[in-house]
Amino acid sequence: MKVYLDNSATTAMAPEVVDAMLPYFSEEIGNAQSVHSFGQRAKSAVEKARRQVATLINAAPTEIVFVSGGTESDNFAIRGIAEAQGHRGHHIITTKIEHPAVLATCEALERAGFRVTYLPVSRRGLVDVEDLGRAITDQTILVSVMLANNETGSVQPIEMIAGVVAEARGRGLDGLRLHTDAVQAVAKIPVDVKSLGVDLLSLSAHKFHGPKGIGALYVRKGTRLAKLLHGGHHERDRRAGTENVPAIVGLGKAAQLAFEQFDDRSARMREIRDYLERQVKSLIPNVTVNGDQERRVPNISNMSFEGVDGESLLIALDLKGIAVSTGSACASGSLEPSHVLQALGLTREEVRGSLRFSLSPFTTRDEIDYAVSTLGETVARLREMAPLEDLEAPQFS
Amino acid sequence: MYTPQVAEHIANPRNVGELDNPSGVGDVTNEVCFDRIKLTVRVEGEMLVDARVKASGCPPTIAAASVLTELIIGRSIADLHTLTRKDVTEALGHLPPAKTHCAVLAIDALRTAISGYKQG
Repeated sequence: MKVYLDNSATTAMAPEVVDAMLPYFSEEIGNAQSVHSFGQRAKSAVEKARRQVATLINAAPTEIVFVSGGTESDNFAIRGIAEAQGHRGHHIITTKIEHPAVLATCEALERAGFRVTYLPVSRRGLVDVEDLGRAITDQTILVSVMLANNETGSVQPIEMIAGVVAEARGRGLDGLRLHTDAVQAVAKIPVDVKSLGVDLLSLSAHKFHGPKGIGALYVRKGTRLAKLLHGGHHERDRRAGTENVPAIVGLGKAAQLAFEQFDDRSARMREIRDYLERQVKSLIPNVTVNGDQERRVPNISNMSFEGVDGESLLIALDLKGIAVSTGSACASGSLEPSHVLQALGLTREEVRGSLRFSLSPFTTRDEIDYAVSTLGETVARLREMAPLEDLEAPQFS
Repeated sequence: MYTPQVAEHIANPRNVGELDNPSGVGDVTNEVCFDRIKLTVRVEGEMLVDARVKASGCPPTIAAASVLTELIIGRSIADLHTLTRKDVTEALGHLPPAKTHCAVLAIDALRTAISGYKQG
């Protein structure tokens, strides 16, 4: 049995998305910038997708810029504001638990002379809004806080942060902008740019059953943003480069499906995720759930298994056809354990024993049953093998 | 990133456990990552006749501990003093460069367990 529980890494494309894209590889070949009818049909497909994405996040279509994915979207937002607002100040505020696409961009700006404040988070993984308010100075031009964390699923209080940012603007900091990396949040929780109160929002298609290599940046009307990619006048002169028409069509279709099926999908993911956690807790002793359990996306569960190494668990589960991920050191070639779980204040042992299960609306109870029983056997075997005497071994026949 | 041999030892670790009244014990911990290997051996005459191992930590540590028992059971003490981390690494196919310390830990466990038996 193959069970894919790593949907925060990437998802399978929905069949409807594949069908929508296919004509744009070989029949509808136009360049959306061309004046002839081939080009105009491509253009109309791109604009339809723009409306679909805009609808999903309650934006205007003109506020959507297509980019190559979440990483470019984050880079574009942060560098774009740094360059456009740099004359007003050189201070950026973000958090310690951002995705590397944000952290590494901020670090690059530090090398270019910017000052960056990396806010800590609580044990539940949440930013303290008052901390954030105190961090704002007359030099601050950008606040970038992720909407949902990719490792724990914890959802930050962006509306409250937007309130603090609006207040600072009212005091005369009119150049201050708010960006949120919503890559893990879109299609999981309601994401409405107006009620969130953000100026910039990043999303990526392949996290919600769209194709890889395509994403979008929401840029609130009137927001000055420097270009990342220079060239032609594509995307209302915001991002140069021939539009990736098939991928954009795929993103649009994925957004449409996510919008239409939102209630069903999120209820289904939450039900299966809660079932997974109930089963794990009832079958395996010494397990803790990491991060805020209320304020989190419905498809992620991050759990620590005391006394075992997450990567060893991952390898053993993989041999049984089960795909998960881990914040343990060495994962994905990195030697540093998860910066997110460390920022939450987890002990080294808890970080080490952590696994992330990320579900999709298509995950079934049968898959969870197989995964949990295999997990139970594997944890028991690894604990039995460990030279530790004081851990209660779970009972499996 | 890991070889099929490493994965196979994780799935089916060999000679897991502890011997009663062992001739030697090698209980070693990597002070950086806290990976731990506890090896117990039985020596009769010039030969290492049996071994059991317990291990905790990342996949290469568990695999190195497991494959170590296969490399040492039935070998002479003189032979075992010449065993190196390279033998462990080769038995696992390959280890990422940052992970050779796991093979070193396995050899440390062996050296400690047979330290009471002089080199041939």
